[in-house]
Amino acid sequence: MSTCNILLKTQGITKYFHDPETFQVLKGIDIEVHKGEFLSLIGKSGSGKSTLLYLLSTMDMDFEGKLEINGEELTGKSPDYLARFRSEHIGFVFQFHFLLPEFTALENVMIPALKLGKYSEEVIRQKAMEKLDLLGIADQAKKASSRLSGGQQQRVAIARALINDPLLIMGDEPTGNLDSVNSKIVFDTFRKLTRDLGQTIITVTHDDDFAAKTDRIIEMKDGKIIS
Amino acid sequence: MNVILKIAKTHLLSKPKQTLVAMLGVTFGIGMFIMMISLMTGLNNFTEDLTKIASADIRIYKDVTEPRATLLDRIRPEGLNLVHHVKPKNESDKIRNARQIADLLRQDPEVIGVAPRLTSQVFYNFGPVKLNGSVAGVDILEEDKLFDLHSKIKAGSLAALKTTSNGLIIGSGLAKKLSAQVGDLLMVTTPQGVIYTMKVVGIFQLGLGEIDNVRSYANLATVQKLLGKDASYITDLNLKITNYREAKAKAQTIQAAYGNKAEDWETANSTLLAGAIIRDIMTYSVSITLLIVAGFGIYNILNMTIYSKMKDIAILKATGFAAKDVTGIFLTQSLIIGLIGSLMGLVVGFVFSLLLAQVPFDGGELLALDSLPINFDTKYYIIGIVFGVLTTAVAGWMPSRKAGKIDPIEIIRGI
Repeated sequence: MSTCNILLKTQGITKYFHDPETFQVLKGIDIEVHKGEFLSLIGKSGSGKSTLLYLLSTMDMDFEGKLEINGEELTGKSPDYLARFRSEHIGFVFQFHFLLPEFTALENVMIPALKLGKYSEEVIRQKAMEKLDLLGIADQAKKASSRLSGGQQQRVAIARALINDPLLIMGDEPTGNLDSVNSKIVFDTFRKLTRDLGQTIITVTHDDDFAAKTDRIIEMKDGKIIS
Repeated sequence: MNVILKIAKTHLLSKPKQTLVAMLGVTFGIGMFIMMISLMTGLNNFTEDLTKIASADIRIYKDVTEPRATLLDRIRPEGLNLVHHVKPKNESDKIRNARQIADLLRQDPEVIGVAPRLTSQVFYNFGPVKLNGSVAGVDILEEDKLFDLHSKIKAGSLAALKTTSNGLIIGSGLAKKLSAQVGDLLMVTTPQGVIYTMKVVGIFQLGLGEIDNVRSYANLATVQKLLGKDASYITDLNLKITNYREAKAKAQTIQAAYGNKAEDWETANSTLLAGAIIRDIMTYSVSITLLIVAGFGIYNILNMTIYSKMKDIAILKATGFAAKDVTGIFLTQSLIIGLIGSLMGLVVGFVFSLLLAQVPFDGGELLALDSLPINFDTKYYIIGIVFGVLTTAVAGWMPSRKAGKIDPIEIIRGI
């Protein structure tokens, strides 16, 4: 991995929570993430790892310091611009699958792309099918998402994260709610994405086995990176 | 299809019962509005038509009862004069130069017709009985232009009056009381005691008892003769103008220009028309109340939907939907409810109006009316739908905006 291929970079990120009392969650975080890297953020509850992830994802921009993704400075941009940026460049996988229950698996994958509006609906449908195929659940495409099993739903969520060909996928404990079989499937999928497709993934996890198999581990404690 | 519309549609269709209830709220409001406004404006138009039968757009006459300056005022205009019981002067109520005024008015492009008239109180003699009534001396063709008399003729013809100098077209109620038919001779007595024999050449029915029971039309010259007056003796000039809604302003300019009193139809019938304003106020206040209730219904349902969709909103925002997109999704739902609800309301309102139009209504002797007068003007249907959509937009705006402002992290991490 070459150092010139930096996808994400932070400088001195500091954040406070003001409610119920002022409390410093992040203390001058500097990290660099390279393209194609499979990175895991670990640490105890309250270490600030999830908070950091949401900052990196641009959903929470209430912090001090600098955030740069793909060479673009994102601090100080408008919420609408950031929404557009997320739509284009960042995919999410959460602990709970968070699919829209009224829609089919295929539609759930398609919606972020329809919103972005880069391609026609037909092309998007085709791409969505490809992504579902990649995750081995193409046969479930027409089912309502609420009728899929937990593991299947999580894979649909990954397909959804991939639909806009993001620069970066962020996972907030993506295996936290899955059994070991499904956890393995999710991990293998991530592994395949990073190794074969050059996808960059940052994921927060509690699962040490999962973290151990990733390219790099960042451990946090009390708002600081300790390793 | 636009993704926002698609999501809005899916949300609505996934809870069909709740959506239908919300729509029915709007439907009920708009339906009632259409029904009430159709009936009320129908009644208003009917009263207006009635007054238009009886009075011209503008009537010019000489007002001899107008308060006048006393002699004392003229001699000592600077003094503080007090004269009790000033009696009107013995003045003729003839309009001076009426024919010239009529000719001048006819040149005005806003004036469609001018009909001179001379009315006299008369008694119609029927055996030993004397029936009180009035005879209007008119130029029947001019009068027809103003009041569309030829369509009100039940027997005989208008043209016959032109050719018969002592001809008389009598009201249908009068004809019934006198048991007179076309061709009969009638004895007419003026207040001055002159008795004259007239020939019935036609019978008219305006549909307004107070006129049909007392009035008859004769040639202007005949009535002048009856009263022993000269050919320039005319007491009224009736005017028809292009836009009767502007009669009030036009009457004022005419009064200023010719010095005679000019009275518009609205002033002449202000007591009848006062009801119209009250009916309008009632209609709008009831309809707006209903719509506000429907609006609160939508507000509640949307609030509930948004509450149950917090997770979805968070995920939409995380995957690149901006606040305005999320607001758009819920506002679209509210507008779809409003639009479909209003359209159904228009249909319901129309059907009920059709039914109301069948309700028999006895106008009695006074009015020729057999069922409720209903107005089917499209204008009110447009107002209805605009009202409906506007209410739902306002009701949907606040919850939708709230949905747009939801912080996704709070929801995602809160689970």
